[in-house]
Amino acid sequence: MTTPILDVRGVAYAYPDGHQALYGVDLHVHEGERVALLGPNGAGKTTLVLHLNGIIAPGAGTVAVSGVPVTKPNLHEVRRRVGVVFQDPDDQLFMGTVRDDVAFGPGNLGLKGTALEQRVVDALDKVGMAEYADRPPHHLSFGQRRRVAVASVLAMEPEILVLDEPSSNLDPASRRELADILRGLSVTVLMVTHDLPYALELCPRSVVLSDGVIVADGPTYDILTDQALMSAHRLELPFGFDPRAIRSQAAG
Amino acid sequence: MGAGHGHKLHYHGHSPIHRLPAHGKLAALLAFMLTVVATPREWWPVFAGYLVVLVVVIAISAVPPLYIARRMVIEVPFLVFAALLPFVATGPRTELLGVSVSEPGLLAAWGLLAKGTLGVIASLTLAATTEPRDLLAGLQRLRLPSQLVQIMGFMIRYLDVVTDEMRRMRIARESRGFSASSIRHWPVVARSAGALFIRSYERGERVHLAMVSRGYTGTLPERPPRG
Repeated sequence: MTTPILDVRGVAYAYPDGHQALYGVDLHVHEGERVALLGPNGAGKTTLVLHLNGIIAPGAGTVAVSGVPVTKPNLHEVRRRVGVVFQDPDDQLFMGTVRDDVAFGPGNLGLKGTALEQRVVDALDKVGMAEYADRPPHHLSFGQRRRVAVASVLAMEPEILVLDEPSSNLDPASRRELADILRGLSVTVLMVTHDLPYALELCPRSVVLSDGVIVADGPTYDILTDQALMSAHRLELPFGFDPRAIRSQAAG
Repeated sequence: MGAGHGHKLHYHGHSPIHRLPAHGKLAALLAFMLTVVATPREWWPVFAGYLVVLVVVIAISAVPPLYIARRMVIEVPFLVFAALLPFVATGPRTELLGVSVSEPGLLAAWGLLAKGTLGVIASLTLAATTEPRDLLAGLQRLRLPSQLVQIMGFMIRYLDVVTDEMRRMRIARESRGFSASSIRHWPVVARSAGALFIRSYERGERVHLAMVSRGYTGTLPERPPRG
């Protein structure tokens, strides 16, 4: 196989206060895949995400992005390749206008003038927010802010888009709009979530992280229908949601 | 919320004053303030002249005078202090409306009142006619250290977020039957303030993480031209 975009080997990490979040995580994501990282609250999902672009350095193990190890001298390159969309768009969007915010990432990469402008326009087009370019982010709806946050990362043209709980706090319409946007992107996606229907809808493959280790890795449908696995790791489907019914519907 | 132009002090318009470059307006405000402060208190007609200048500028800017007047409430604490001066200051006394007041105190109060009011009107006029984003760009062009400009930018961006958080916390408190009506309730309010501080601090850390994730290394990159 080719070099995976994301190559996480034996990553373990304990926070400075002694709380151990990860106990040897192995994860590979290949080009063009859309992978869901599932797990209950407190499983270490966000900690793992912060390893992917070198915000946190692993206590043990290695992370590599397209063969480039995530180490201090490579951080700039790694952060260009791994685009992280954080859970709260208010954390991510801090400039006075949507345009400035989307330009922040590519600007840090050294883009200037018309090339920078083009990046911004393209990224905003991809999420359908081009007409809001001159609005201050805090005057947009939550769903719109989430989309701008995605654009602000897409503008860096990352090799892999990492989304932390992309569907949280969205109303059903915004949720569907975001799903349409994500499906339309040609970029590799790692989606951290405990929204299982969303994972089934968007990601053919899922990985389950529980208590700091990967406990399952396979087709999302197989994982969601594995009762024993699901209940052992505090994963529950929402009331009335049955993956089998959806599959037979899709087949029939 | 949801309006395109968003600051509580900014009054959207297209007057010549609105269109002036922000750094020019900032420099003019600074020069005006320095002149006002340096003017001896006894030059009464000169202060009237300053006021006329401001009135003319506001008239050209087409900002409703009431809009400025309502925002001048911020000055009230200074006015209270100024009003106290004639009574507490020492020196030769004089009669004013049948009350004995200190003469230097009266003069000091007048100075505070006149200079303070002129300053507040001038600043509000600047704020009403210049968008925060342009103000920041203006400060940058006036060679204010970029760290300071960045801090101010963050303040403007997150003021609404923090105010909103504060409002939600207050509503949550009141929904549980609490109202800050007496001094006995202050500890609760203080604890809320503490929680708000910690939340804001943590948000600051998350914002920084998100910035670093997008390649931030300490200086803001060039901004794209406004399209």
